[in-house]
Amino acid sequence: MSLEAMPHTAANHPVLDPLLAPPFPQAALPMLRNPQLRKNVGHAIDVIQAKRAKLVAEKTDWQDLRSAASAIRAQALENLGAYLEQFEARCTAAGGTVHWAADAAEARQIILDLLREENASEVIKIKTMTSAEIQLNPFLEAGGVKVFETDLAEIILQLGEDEPSHIVVPALHVNRSQVREIFARRMGLENLSDDPQALTAAARNYLRRKFLDVPTAISGANFLIAETGSVAVVESEGNGRMCLTLPKTMITLAGIEKVLPRFKDLEVMLQVLARSATGERMNPYTSLWTGVTPGDGPQRFHVVLLDNGRSSILAHKTERQTLKCIRCAACMNACPVYRQTGGHAYGSVYPGPIGAILTPQLMQMHHAQSLPYASSLCGACYEVCPVKINIPEVLLELRSQVVNQERHHIGRFFDPMYLGLRVANFLFQKAWRFHLAQRLGRIGLRLFTKKDGWIHSLPSIGGKWTQTRDLRALSSQTFHEWWAARRREAE
Amino acid sequence: MRASLFITCYNDTLFPETGRAVVSLLERLGVSLDFHPKQTCCGQMHANTGFRGEAFSQAKRFVRLYQDAETVVIPSSSCVAMFRDQYPGLFEELGNEALRREFAALLPRVYELSEFLIDRLGVEDVGAWFPHRVTYHASCHGVRALHLGDRPYRLLAKVRSLTLAPLANVDRCCGFGGTFSVKNAEVSSAMLAVKLQDVVATGAEYCTALDNSCLMHLGGAMHRQYAGMKTIHLAEILASTEASPSEATR
Repeated sequence: MSLEAMPHTAANHPVLDPLLAPPFPQAALPMLRNPQLRKNVGHAIDVIQAKRAKLVAEKTDWQDLRSAASAIRAQALENLGAYLEQFEARCTAAGGTVHWAADAAEARQIILDLLREENASEVIKIKTMTSAEIQLNPFLEAGGVKVFETDLAEIILQLGEDEPSHIVVPALHVNRSQVREIFARRMGLENLSDDPQALTAAARNYLRRKFLDVPTAISGANFLIAETGSVAVVESEGNGRMCLTLPKTMITLAGIEKVLPRFKDLEVMLQVLARSATGERMNPYTSLWTGVTPGDGPQRFHVVLLDNGRSSILAHKTERQTLKCIRCAACMNACPVYRQTGGHAYGSVYPGPIGAILTPQLMQMHHAQSLPYASSLCGACYEVCPVKINIPEVLLELRSQVVNQERHHIGRFFDPMYLGLRVANFLFQKAWRFHLAQRLGRIGLRLFTKKDGWIHSLPSIGGKWTQTRDLRALSSQTFHEWWAARRREAE
Repeated sequence: MRASLFITCYNDTLFPETGRAVVSLLERLGVSLDFHPKQTCCGQMHANTGFRGEAFSQAKRFVRLYQDAETVVIPSSSCVAMFRDQYPGLFEELGNEALRREFAALLPRVYELSEFLIDRLGVEDVGAWFPHRVTYHASCHGVRALHLGDRPYRLLAKVRSLTLAPLANVDRCCGFGGTFSVKNAEVSSAMLAVKLQDVVATGAEYCTALDNSCLMHLGGAMHRQYAGMKTIHLAEILASTEASPSEATR
C-alpha cells in the first residue's frame, strides 16, 4: 500500500480556501464544462432528494417539527454564552477537558499540542467539516502527525487527492468507477471491481487495521448538550462508532454554535436531521457520550470549542440565523445552482446556499464577496431548511453589505452593472425620465435588431445575456403609451 | 369592482402585450380599471442586487402613487413578492412610521393576477379559448413566495380547447434571477439549458407562466435554439377568445 502524497496537479485541484479561491463565476466554469461531474452531481442529488421527499411527506407534522427545531436553535443562540459555560461545567465535571479557540490557528495549535502530549504520530478521524474549515489535516501532517480519515467518502477524497464538494456526502461528485480507480491505484488492488460491496470491503479492510492500531482520534460534533455536557455524533457507516469507542484519547472539535439547551431537544433535532440529510427516518449510528467513563471508551477526552468568526455573526440580527444551521445539506440538494456547479465552485468546505451565506461571514465580509451573488434567489433552500433559515433574506442582507463596501470604490463608477443600476434609479424617480429613456432605448437598440425582430448580440454586460439567449426587440409602443392613446380615443 | 394596474418597468417596456391582455381580460369580467401614468418600477432589481437605498426610493414611490387605490393588480409574481417579502424590511430599516402605516394598509389590497381572479373576483372560468398545447412553468416567486398553489392550474383547466402538458421539475428555477443572469451568466445558462430540456420535452407549443422575467429567459433561449416553441404570459391566454384570439398566435 502506497500512501505517499502524489504530486498535486494544480490545474484541476479544487481550492477550498476562501482566501485563495477565484470568484464564484470563474470557479464554476470548469465544473460547468465537466459532463462527468454534472452527471454525477445530478444523479446523486436526485437519489437523496427523492428519499427526503418521501420521508418528509410521511411526517404529517413536518411543518410543526421545523418550527420546533427552529425555535430550539434560536433559543440556543439567544443565550449562547450561558449555554456554552453550562456545557463546559458539565463536561468538565464528567472528566472532559474543554478548550476555547478564538480562531482557526488557535484551534489547530491546541489540537497539535494535545496530540504531542499523547506522543501521537498517527491519528484517525471521523468526518468533520469543521476540521476542514480550519485546514487541520495539512497542519497536522506538517507537524509530523499522519492523519487517517475513516469516513468512506473522506477516504475516497484523501486517497484521490481531492476535496469535499458536499457537507454530508463529501465525495458526491465522484462516481463508483472513479472510486474503483482511486482504490485500485492507491491500495494496490488491480483487480478490484466497481461493485459497491467490493469497494466498501476494500475500504473496510484498509480501515480496520487503523481502528485497532491508532490510539488517538479526532471527531466533530453534531450537537453539544448544555444540560448534561454530552456530545452527539450521528453517522451512517459505523466508522464513527469505532473511532469514538476504540481509541484511548478522543479530541472533539466543535463550532460554538453547535450547542443545544436540553437533552430532550435531541428528540426534535435527530428527527429533522436524518430526514433532511440522508432521507432516513433515523440515522444508522447515533453516538452520545458525556466526559469519560472509567473502563469504557476513551479515557482522555478533550473538546475544542471554535469561534473563528461565529460570535461576530451572532451579533447581527438578520445574519444570526445562519448559525442555526445543523449541516443537513438539504439546501444544497435543493439548490438549482449547486446542481449545475457542484460544491468546489464555492471555494470553501461549506458549499451550496448555506456556504454562500456562511463563508463570507466567517471571513468577516473581507473575502468571498462573490458568494452572496451565487444564487438566483429561487427560495428552494428556505423551503427545505429544517431549522427555517431564511437564506434568501440573508443573501440579500449580505449583498447590500457588499454594495456598501464597494459603491465608493473608483473602479465601481465604471463598472457597467453599478453604473446601469445607478442610472436606472435616477430614471425611475421621475416617470418622464423613464419614458424618455424607453424611447431612446428603442432607437438605440434598432442598431442591434436583426430582420427577424430579435437582438442576437449586445455589447458590454448585454453580451452576457446574448451569449446564450436572444432578446426580442422593443415594441413600437410601450404599455403606458398604448393606455394613453386609448384614453385619448375614448374621450 | 375597481382596480388599479401596476405594469412594472420591464412589462411596460418589453412586454406591453401582457398589460393589454390584462386590460382586455379584466374589462371583459366587468372590472373598471385605472392606470397611474407616473408609475415606474417596484425596485426589485435594485433590492436583489444589494442596492437597498435605491430600492427604498422605488418602494416609497409605489406607496405614494397607489395608497388610494381600492385594489392593485400586478401581472408579475416576482414584483408582488417584492412588496410582500422585501418592502416590510426596507420600510422598517429606512422608512418612517407614517410610511410604514400607509404600506401596511395598502399591502392587503395588492394582488397578483391569478390571486385577483380567484380570491377577489371568485372566477375560474374567464371565458377564454386557446386551441394549443401549453405547459405551465411554476415560477419561483409564484410558488415559493406567493404560494399560488393550484390557482394557475384552475384557471388553465377552464380555458376552452387548451391542452395542458405537465412539466417535469415544474418548480425548478429557470436560472434568470434578475442580475444573476449576467453576473453569473454561465451558471445561469447551465440552469436554463436544463430547464429548457424539460420544457421542450412536454411537446407543447407554448410555455406559460405568471412572470414575464422567466419567460423572457426561456423565450430568449427558445428563439436562439430554434426550439419550435414560444412563451406567452398566462394573462394573454386568459384574454384570448374565439372572437379575439391572442395576438401571440397570429
